Amino acid sequence: MYKYDQYDQQMVDTRVAEFRDQVRRRLDGDLTEDQFRPLRLQNGLYLQLHAYMLRVAVPYGTLNSAQMTMLGDIADKYDRGYGHFTTRQNIQYNWIKLEDTPDILADLASVEMHAIQTSGNCIRNISSDQYAGAAADEIVDPRPYAELLRQWSSFHPEFLTLPRKFKIAVIASETDRAAMKLHDIGIKMVRNDAGEIGAQFYVGGGMGRTPMIGPMIREFVPLDQLITYSEACLRVYNRYGRRDNKYKARIKILVHELGKEEYTRQVEEEFRHLLSQGVEPPLAELERIGQYFADPAYETGLSDELDLSDPDFRLWVERNCHAHKQAGYIIATVSLKPVGGIPGDASADQIRLMARIAKDYSFDELRVTHAQNIVFPHIRKVDLYAIWQKLDEAGLGTANLDTVGDIIACPGLDYCSLANARSIPVAQKISERFGSPQKQAELGELKLKISGCINACGHHHAGHIGILGVDRKGVENYQLLLGGCEGADTSLGKITGPGFDEDGIVDAVEKATKVYLANKQGEERFLDTYRRIGMEPFKEAIYG
Amino acid sequence: MKILTGNDLKTGAVIWWTGVGWSLDVNNAADVGEHGAAVIAREEGAQNVFAAYVIDGEKTPEGVRPAHIKDRIRALGPTVRPDLTLKPSDPEAVNWVI
Repeated sequence: MYKYDQYDQQMVDTRVAEFRDQVRRRLDGDLTEDQFRPLRLQNGLYLQLHAYMLRVAVPYGTLNSAQMTMLGDIADKYDRGYGHFTTRQNIQYNWIKLEDTPDILADLASVEMHAIQTSGNCIRNISSDQYAGAAADEIVDPRPYAELLRQWSSFHPEFLTLPRKFKIAVIASETDRAAMKLHDIGIKMVRNDAGEIGAQFYVGGGMGRTPMIGPMIREFVPLDQLITYSEACLRVYNRYGRRDNKYKARIKILVHELGKEEYTRQVEEEFRHLLSQGVEPPLAELERIGQYFADPAYETGLSDELDLSDPDFRLWVERNCHAHKQAGYIIATVSLKPVGGIPGDASADQIRLMARIAKDYSFDELRVTHAQNIVFPHIRKVDLYAIWQKLDEAGLGTANLDTVGDIIACPGLDYCSLANARSIPVAQKISERFGSPQKQAELGELKLKISGCINACGHHHAGHIGILGVDRKGVENYQLLLGGCEGADTSLGKITGPGFDEDGIVDAVEKATKVYLANKQGEERFLDTYRRIGMEPFKEAIYG
Repeated sequence: MKILTGNDLKTGAVIWWTGVGWSLDVNNAADVGEHGAAVIAREEGAQNVFAAYVIDGEKTPEGVRPAHIKDRIRALGPTVRPDLTLKPSDPEAVNWVI
């Protein structure tokens, strides 16, 4: 994985020193909160419902064991013994003290991490496929391109005060595991007819109060124009994106209002201009970055066999493991969704355990997924059973990936000052209602996502079943959506009808699953059945 | 009643105006009547609190209760982690929030 060079380290260390001084001035009364707020937000420090919250960037979700260990240590030393992995592959701490923050950032910097650009109207952490570099179905590792974009977008002076925040995802396989088309810019690495690698650009996707699927605006951008084309996309947005209305300021509104053709025309015009300006880094820089993502030293001649005689292990392998490109290896996902648990939360001990396993068994690498789970990307199959036993002992052996129990949920009104309703208790009740392996097996792949407000941090628009919490005259109310999907066949969920209270929404989900089971044909997933039979049978069952 | 809440500058903890100072416990919150804005101006100026605002509350036999669920959760702590609330030893504490 990428290693900081002297410039990276110097930039991060300098920022820590700068923020230490800003915190001192705030505590001394030299800065008011109005003056300090943008400074703390630039360093990922929010004020949430109960305390300061620190969001730490995990570039494209990739971590080494030293970084993961540090995340666990920070949870113990400065927080309350746990962290929350987010839907943008980051981690958040919920109980941070302002006076500790400079020390936390210094600790993070010591392992090449930071919290810069995890807030504010700038280009946020670049996200990617959690199986990058390991998946059997990718055409190339997307992370070098994500890293190049990270370097370009970090402290980019032109893009630090955009009309609104800006999120980029990079993938390199047909199976979209990063919700690419629901980003401000989604980039899919592709191979053209000549066999060359390039980037396909989708611009103007997003969730939030106005969900939109990003249209493709360029089929193929050569690698030596990747940054230039990205810059053109941003420049047009920065110039014409609305700054008069926060709710209409995202690029998706601009692309929608201009129309894909006109937006693309303007980008292409800007692109032609920029090509003469020399903004593209030399291709050698991309090649230099690419060396950091070279394959680890895989052993050859390893057996591809797994002893699946333990039925619990067998279930976990079937649910949570994924084909690796290298014979004898497998990708294993740790579900942070135990039955009745809090989606995405992990204790300091669990975080450190996962770090140790990565160090001992996964070439020192872990990934955070946008579904709030953790991945060991390179596990020898011969080691898998022992690893699962260690995980299971620590409460990390739940076999429910991509099932109804693997719920994405934002922190909701239990933690978030923007939320209108609690997400986590609903997730817990659904997880318990459908907790048995038999029920999960019966329902198969069923992605359920819950947001506690219209900002959609819980990706409810993209859930096969989505739940949106709203405030109805001071009382929590939950709307049900069906038919969303974040994959290659991205679609947006539709609201079934009037909302429910907390228990009612759980019953409504159960009714929807019964409609699916009654109408399922062959190997259809919930989503497939919904797409075939439409909303009506579900509405009848839920409201009839 | 009108009660006044904000955050402690150093820790970010949720605090409540008692009439003479600040408390972590909403039960100590005082009715500020029409004086909320003046208290906020004075206390924020003195760095005793930040992000302060006035909310509606109610004095009940069980204690002071903010009117809106968001402020009740602020007052207690996350309903899904009773161990991290202000009443970790009281499993029923969450019930007054909802």
